[in-house]
Amino acid sequence: IAIPRVKMPEVDPAVRSRTYDEVNLGLTPELAANESHRCLDCVDPTCITGCPVEINIPKFIKNIERGEFLEAAKTLKETSALPAVCGRVCPQERQCESQCFYTLKLKKEPVAIGHLERFAADYERMSGNISIPETAPTNGIKIAVVGSGPAGLAFAGDMVKLGYDVTVFEALHELGGVLRYGIPEFRLPNEIVDIEIDGLKKMGVKFVTNCIVGKTISQEDLKAEGFKGIFVGSGAGLPNFMNIPGENLIGIMSCNEYLTRVNLMQAADPDSDTPVYKGKKVAVVGGGNTAMDAVRTARRLGAERAMIVYRRSEEEMPARVEEIKHAKEEGIEFYTLHNPIRYEGDEQGHVQRMLLQRMELGAPDQSGRRRPVAIEGDTTWLEVDEVIVSVGVSPNPLIPQSFDGMEVTSWGTIVVNSDTMQTADEMIFAGGDIVRGGATVILAMGDGRKAAKAMHQYLKGDQVEK
Amino acid sequence: MNKIVSKEYLSDRVVKFEVEAPLIAKSRRAGHFVIVRVGKKGERVPYTIADADLKKGTITLVIQKVGKSSQKVCELNTGDYITDIVGPLGKATHIENFGTVVCAGGGVGIAPMLPIMKAMKETGNKVISVLGARTKELIILEEQVREHSDEVIIMTDDGSYGEKGLITNGVEKVILREKVDMCVTIGPAIMMKFVSELTKKYDVPTVASLNTIMVDGTGMCGACRVTVGGQTRFVCVDGPEFDAHQVDFNEMLMRLKAYDR
Ligand SMILES: Cc1cc2nc3c(=O)[nH]c(=O)nc-3n(C[C@H](O)[C@H](O)[C@H](O)COP(=O)(O)OP(=O)(O)OC[C@H]3O[C@@H](n4cnc5c(N)ncnc54)[C@H](O)[C@@H]3O)c2cc1C
Ligand SMILES: Cc1cc2nc3c(=O)[nH]c(=O)nc-3n(C[C@H](O)[C@H](O)[C@H](O)COP(=O)(O)OP(=O)(O)OC[C@H]3O[C@@H](n4cnc5c(N)ncnc54)[C@H](O)[C@@H]3O)c2cc1C
Ligand code: SF4
Ligand code: SF4
Ligand code: FES
Repeated sequence: IAIPRVKMPEVDPAVRSRTYDEVNLGLTPELAANESHRCLDCVDPTCITGCPVEINIPKFIKNIERGEFLEAAKTLKETSALPAVCGRVCPQERQCESQCFYTLKLKKEPVAIGHLERFAADYERMSGNISIPETAPTNGIKIAVVGSGPAGLAFAGDMVKLGYDVTVFEALHELGGVLRYGIPEFRLPNEIVDIEIDGLKKMGVKFVTNCIVGKTISQEDLKAEGFKGIFVGSGAGLPNFMNIPGENLIGIMSCNEYLTRVNLMQAADPDSDTPVYKGKKVAVVGGGNTAMDAVRTARRLGAERAMIVYRRSEEEMPARVEEIKHAKEEGIEFYTLHNPIRYEGDEQGHVQRMLLQRMELGAPDQSGRRRPVAIEGDTTWLEVDEVIVSVGVSPNPLIPQSFDGMEVTSWGTIVVNSDTMQTADEMIFAGGDIVRGGATVILAMGDGRKAAKAMHQYLKGDQVEK
Repeated sequence: MNKIVSKEYLSDRVVKFEVEAPLIAKSRRAGHFVIVRVGKKGERVPYTIADADLKKGTITLVIQKVGKSSQKVCELNTGDYITDIVGPLGKATHIENFGTVVCAGGGVGIAPMLPIMKAMKETGNKVISVLGARTKELIILEEQVREHSDEVIIMTDDGSYGEKGLITNGVEKVILREKVDMCVTIGPAIMMKFVSELTKKYDVPTVASLNTIMVDGTGMCGACRVTVGGQTRFVCVDGPEFDAHQVDFNEMLMRLKAYDR
């Protein structure tokens, strides 16, 4: 008899929409073992092709099936630097799980690869038996990393294993990039990011916070201090606005501002000095993961109406399916096929209402998604007291502006050789959102690992020549 | 963690700190600022780098007690540590030989004006500084201002020191008297608005250093946005200095009240 796909145990929506605790509770060993039986250990495991870092999926799942959970975690770590993170935040339905035999051939629900990945990583962490990977004897060669997001962390981990003397420079006062200031606690607890970073510290990676490369220290300073290679993982942290009338009213802010206040500055904690609006009628403009994170955060901060305003239909939303499902369960309202065109405020300049243009779907655009078109004359006002604009981000211009010799696209991303992640300046490599202009955690990590491999090659070659 | 090496009261409410920050001291230029955070629950607040000493590896901050966060910094003493300082941030002031430059500094804005005066003077400008404050005690750093200016005009609202009147009266007097090629103004937003309106009337190019609310200070949040010439700009990366005549001061004044408590 066919075993149905496991259901992730979750905190009840009525309870969780008031707390910041993680929504998904994780699989129990029994649930995990049960789910692992479903994996057919395919001769040609197509699931692997769906994973950007090509985790040996059947191998780790079969380890779970045998009850060798720590072995499963080890398998994951052979290719992924942060399995506990990816098991939680990967858009699995578009990656590994979309290529599972069940999805492709049986037209059934895929093996819950992400849930199992999270299970194995969590099991290892909670067992207290975290294996600190072995590192080669130090070779004394200094390597600098710009940014402590997933790209930078993955790169640093691989380089320190190879024996390099790695220093990560981070502009903010905390480490982790988007994992820290963007993705909220209820989806990715900070503790998990901390443990990964602690692991890197134990392996010898040095971290310098409050240091903006290109401002606090320059490219020349790094060279003068003897750094032989630089990896740029500075992310795509710049918020886009829509530039429509009234957008600078009080109470309207970027998703980055909102999430940074709450996640990095802990503004919801009454002891924190950083303030944040706690609107009662909150609209979030956009349909990505960032928008879902913001709207669910607003709900937790006490919004009576927490609403998504998105110009396409739900089908086109880029957010992970699970986030959309969770949002709905938590009572988030969806205004799909609506696009804001104007805001109005009260005498103090505080936003009061927004004018929405109703949309319909036209012909597909370059991205293959059907293009939203305005229905002429069909508009409606929505009462709001807080609006969070989440319509995408742009690459951080700091490094492209302050480093010599970078080749940059018209989008502001750094041009690299896609096999090696090497930039136009041969000692500088780059990866993650600064190269892709906004992608995923796993792709950023994959880039970091690719760059580490290539930089090692490059530096070895260099030494031989001399 | 950055160590405070000296603390001095310039007035009841204005404190001057010298803080260890060798990397920032080395790379900063006139017009740059830093973001400061005090304590694990502290917020990130911007302050201008008023001076730097390369040999000692220190930067100088001049901070006026306004509300909770500035109070928190001002309570620290010599030997204490500031939890986080990051910088230098923003674009440096554009310095060139304009001819005659009026530096209109109000209140605590006199401190960030100092490095600009100094640089303007060193480039060969004639520097006329007009300082304004409510009352005598709030005129800070007068001695240093005199050192870097060809002439100093002091205006107090209550006439307790210098001349009685607003800073705009002082600036107007200079403009009526001689040709002014450039005006730089730093101070409370409302003061900069009036200085800007005045110099616009007389067609004197004017730069204002804006002090909006910030979070990261590196272009990541947009909290600091202002409208300049009809376009949204981020003060932390596009500024803090802008062509004052293009700045929508009314919007800026409104946005400054966003988190009034
Ligand atoms: C709210 C939100 C939710 C998301 N949800 C998901 C999800 O569910 N699943 C998923 O796969 N992806 C998700 N993403 C996308 C994913 O987080 C990013 O693709 C990924 O973090 C990119 O990693 P990165 O290392 O390139 O950059 P980042 O994580 O952006 O890190 C860059 C770091 O570099 C620092 N930095 C920048 N410039 C400098 C400098 N000059 N000097 C020193 N430091 C510098 C920054 O402060 C930052 O800490 C989400 C993104 C956001 C914003
Ligand atoms: C580029 C720049 C340079 C500056 N230089 C100086 C200087 O050299 N000396 C000086 O005394 N002041 C300076 N300021 C102003 C200073 O940053 C603060 O506005 C001031 O200290 C107020 O903080 P507060 O909490 O004490 O005051 P409050 O009036 O109590 O502030 C109320 C709330 O408003 C918010 N807020 C107000 N202003 C800011 C801000 N700028 N950034 C973040 N949040 C804010 C905070 O949430 C704060 O809790 C500068 C500002 C900018 C933007
Ligand atoms: S890293 Fe992401 S894509 Fe790869 S197997 Fe894990 S969940 Fe799937
Ligand atoms: S394709 Fe699916 S069933 Fe086959 S090995 Fe991969 S996870 Fe298991
Ligand atoms: S302070 Fe965040 S963008 Fe300027």
